[in-house]
Amino acid sequence: MLNPAHIRSQFPILSREVNGRPLVYLDHAASAQKPVAVIEAQREYLMHLHANVHRGVHSLSQQATDAFEKARETVRGHLNAAFTEEIIWTAGATDAINLVAQSWGRTHIKTGDVIVVTRMEHHANIVPWQMLAEEKGARLEVVEIHETGDLIEADFQLKLKMKPKLVALLHVSNTLGTINDIKRLTRDAQEVGATVLVDGCQSVPHMEVDVQDIASDFYVFSGHKTYGPTGIGVLHGKKELLESMPPWRGGGEMIDTVSFEKGTTYAGVPHKFEAGTPHISGAIALGVALDWMRGVGIKAIGDHENTLGAQARQLLGKVDGLRFIGTSEDKTGVVSFVVDGVHPYDIGTLLDPMGIAVRTGHHCTQPLMDFYDIPGTVRASFGAYNTLQEVDALAAGVERAVRMLR
Amino acid sequence: MSDSTPLLQQRQEEIVEEFAYFEDWMEKYEYLIELGKELKPFDEADRTDDNIIRGCQSRVWLAAQRSPDGTLLFGADSDAIITRGLVALVIRALNNLPPEVIAGADLWFVQRIGLDTHLSPTRANGLLSMVQQMKHYGIAFQAR
Repeated sequence: MLNPAHIRSQFPILSREVNGRPLVYLDHAASAQKPVAVIEAQREYLMHLHANVHRGVHSLSQQATDAFEKARETVRGHLNAAFTEEIIWTAGATDAINLVAQSWGRTHIKTGDVIVVTRMEHHANIVPWQMLAEEKGARLEVVEIHETGDLIEADFQLKLKMKPKLVALLHVSNTLGTINDIKRLTRDAQEVGATVLVDGCQSVPHMEVDVQDIASDFYVFSGHKTYGPTGIGVLHGKKELLESMPPWRGGGEMIDTVSFEKGTTYAGVPHKFEAGTPHISGAIALGVALDWMRGVGIKAIGDHENTLGAQARQLLGKVDGLRFIGTSEDKTGVVSFVVDGVHPYDIGTLLDPMGIAVRTGHHCTQPLMDFYDIPGTVRASFGAYNTLQEVDALAAGVERAVRMLR
Repeated sequence: MSDSTPLLQQRQEEIVEEFAYFEDWMEKYEYLIELGKELKPFDEADRTDDNIIRGCQSRVWLAAQRSPDGTLLFGADSDAIITRGLVALVIRALNNLPPEVIAGADLWFVQRIGLDTHLSPTRANGLLSMVQQMKHYGIAFQAR
């Protein structure tokens, strides 16, 4: 069990007021707030450690490089990856997916090939594949879902019969909270010869992820949803796979030798994929964020969020006409809902002056909104720092908003 | 300056005076919700893609026509009730004014009543686009 009061005291932003009311921040799934340890790590780096990495002989550059590479090792440990060089720093999860689409995808996807995604993907795991498919004349196939927000197993198996080159799917849905049985889905897809990319943006902040156990070919997540800074993310890829892939962006850091006469040769992984000066402070602070999560206890965080989610569903369920979107038996604490006759935008607008920050809209999952035939949902999502009192405030706020709007 | 410009100013002053009575945000929103409910809904026939102004979250429909006296008549609607209330206020300010006044209108009342964040480009409720579209109608009808 974690101690919410102790956790909260580590998040400076949570003591501020919004619209004259104490901030109730329930938008973790969009971006997590940052503990002091993470804020201080970035500050400390900029105050005492900053220099460019990998190229200097001077002490400062060495120290910056050491801290930067140590953070890479922290990520490796966090994901239980086999090798440190399997961890590629990216600008975020979106950037990581685009890297795979542009490097692996443009090499391996040919005319007529099938790429499988699911109905519940975030736009970041749809659009890069649509762009690739259009360029290559490949076909995108979509695994459909049940009303509960679970993948239709038969449809998944049907799509696998099309012998896809790639299956790109999320571990946990940002809108529904559905937790996919990712290890089994990955194995099934690989058995028909597909390469598997897993979007872990909503899993890494809430649960233990072991990429060797899942055995995914690529696994991506973003730093800012795991209590780390924005502008940093991670691509994990199997070593042989990464080594076989061409670089995507060219520039400094990613080369071995550059010559006009003999041509250019590239560095090995991971640096081959890290052209230009990286987000050094972001990477270091992300390492600190993951250590912070581990210090609190990842299972404790997940359990706490599930308790909050259960309480939210119980209280919100009493609101007349309220319907939950995403009712899988296997889901995270995130709570998405609509209310009959009331637009989600209006509910969010009325919660704001009460100091309650929720997300309204399509959550970058428009195909899901089309499936449920709704303009959007109201989504409350929780982190380690949220409390049962905040859930009570949410439920009371929603009740009040709905009363005003009807 | 058109003879109708003072009318636009007067209407805006009236709105500002009304909002001065409200003591907090919730009262303002309650009033907006009332205005939203009172706004005559669009004929279903007018809720066409031609008339739609897409916000990221709420949608707004806008239609304009010229009345016999040369002023412009607007009809508008939204699927979100608070947006409808804001739409009603904007229409109240601009309706039945000559195209040239609409084209050059400065809707300062929105800021004065503290609702300018609803007109910000990041708000994504379609309202800013609606005001821009109304001004475009002003320019277009002026040219005829």
